[in-house]
Amino acid sequence: MPDYNDFLERIFVILKPFAKKGVILNENSELVTELGLTSLQVMELIEQIEDHFDMSIPLNILPDIRTVHDLATQLEKLSG
Amino acid sequence: MSLFDKFKPLIDIRAELDRAGVMPFGAVTEKILSPTEAIVNGHKVILAGTNNYLGLTFEPECIEAAQKALAEQGTGTTGSRMANGTFAGHVALEQELAAFFARQHCIVFSTGYAATMGMGSTLAGPGDVIVLDADSHASIYDGVRLGGADVVRFKHNDVADLEKRLRRLGERTANTLIIVEGIYSMLGDQAPLADIAEVKNKYGGLLMVDEAHSLGMLGSHGRGVAEAARVEAAVDFTVGTFSKSLGAIGGYCVSDHPELEAIRFAIRSYIFTASPSPSIIASTRVALRLMQERPELRERLWANAQRLYDGLKGLGFQVSPQVSPVVAVTIKDRDQAIAWWSRLLHNGAYVNLVMPPASPTTDSLLRCSVSAAHSDAQIDRIISAFAQLNPSTAQEANN
Repeated sequence: MPDYNDFLERIFVILKPFAKKGVILNENSELVTELGLTSLQVMELIEQIEDHFDMSIPLNILPDIRTVHDLATQLEKLSG
Repeated sequence: MSLFDKFKPLIDIRAELDRAGVMPFGAVTEKILSPTEAIVNGHKVILAGTNNYLGLTFEPECIEAAQKALAEQGTGTTGSRMANGTFAGHVALEQELAAFFARQHCIVFSTGYAATMGMGSTLAGPGDVIVLDADSHASIYDGVRLGGADVVRFKHNDVADLEKRLRRLGERTANTLIIVEGIYSMLGDQAPLADIAEVKNKYGGLLMVDEAHSLGMLGSHGRGVAEAARVEAAVDFTVGTFSKSLGAIGGYCVSDHPELEAIRFAIRSYIFTASPSPSIIASTRVALRLMQERPELRERLWANAQRLYDGLKGLGFQVSPQVSPVVAVTIKDRDQAIAWWSRLLHNGAYVNLVMPPASPTTDSLLRCSVSAAHSDAQIDRIISAFAQLNPSTAQEANN
């Protein structure tokens, strides 16, 4: 069962090509306001995480997610 | 900070359109001349963006029935289906729709939005799962969000992706609702329902199909994509609208599940709104009968669809993936799409301008829909209005 750090590591890998140039990724990076992800890119991020961990991520978690930390926390809850 | 801050992007677009002297959203039909012609924003145009697929809006028999109901039953029911708003006509229409679809049960709603949103929000609740096509209509998204089930999307029309998502759900598929559409409203493409039904039968769950844009168009009886694909047995709930092929307003859900009769009293969009006016019900009942009596309307519709599709494709425009009564021209550049929408209106054709997020991708669309009531000459005039846009520029805009 993957834990918080496994999710965090994978999110960083996936986010790298998405994030605006010059922005340094960290747990507190905000996906939309800071990294500039569009709603379509957020969906793509979610899909890539689903495929990597072969898990189901319902859209319902999205309103609670602002930062990379929020996302990793929600994913850990889902897989637990 | 104010409540209005979040509307800034919308306010900016509106101001931009105002400055350009173009208002594509909520264009005013000043005078409707026929099912296919009107004066819109001061221009006499061929209507090529109405969803009036069978052209029944001015059908004398429908109008006569509506006028009779208006005179005999008044302007409105002034109440919910659950209280005083169920008249004999509502019950008769439910029976007629059930018979048409060869189903046991039917619920009539006040709008198509209320039908789709109501079924989506009620059938699956907290703890349940909804698996829906990513390009589903807003009424489906609104409904499932309201219901509180876990919502999982699969890639548009991608059955392998649907299967992957159902497999991941494991035993949860027992309380999963899969939602797809028959014909998708923006590009006019059809769901691969035979394959979707096969996957549903393999993994379990219930299947709801929104046939809003396919009623009266496909299948030997005109019941839609599920009938054409011969998989109606795998479809648990069919929802749709009276506001397109049937030329009125209202919605329905048909099913063989006997639970539907009790479920209707749990659907908030059925309970907490007034029922359709008697005149609406009366014209819809006649339109439903005429749709069955006149299969030639369907033939005419598809001939028109083919003519417009071939014409626009021949001009070099990027059209939808398959021929359909919805023919959408994709335009990458938003400003180009706005400018062309305006020029089309000046050239005598009204079409729908669709911009993201209403379009399925980051592209904009000039969405046309044809009607059985269009003559060949009218279809040619629509094509000619597009031709005047200079198709070589069309290709440039897409490069």
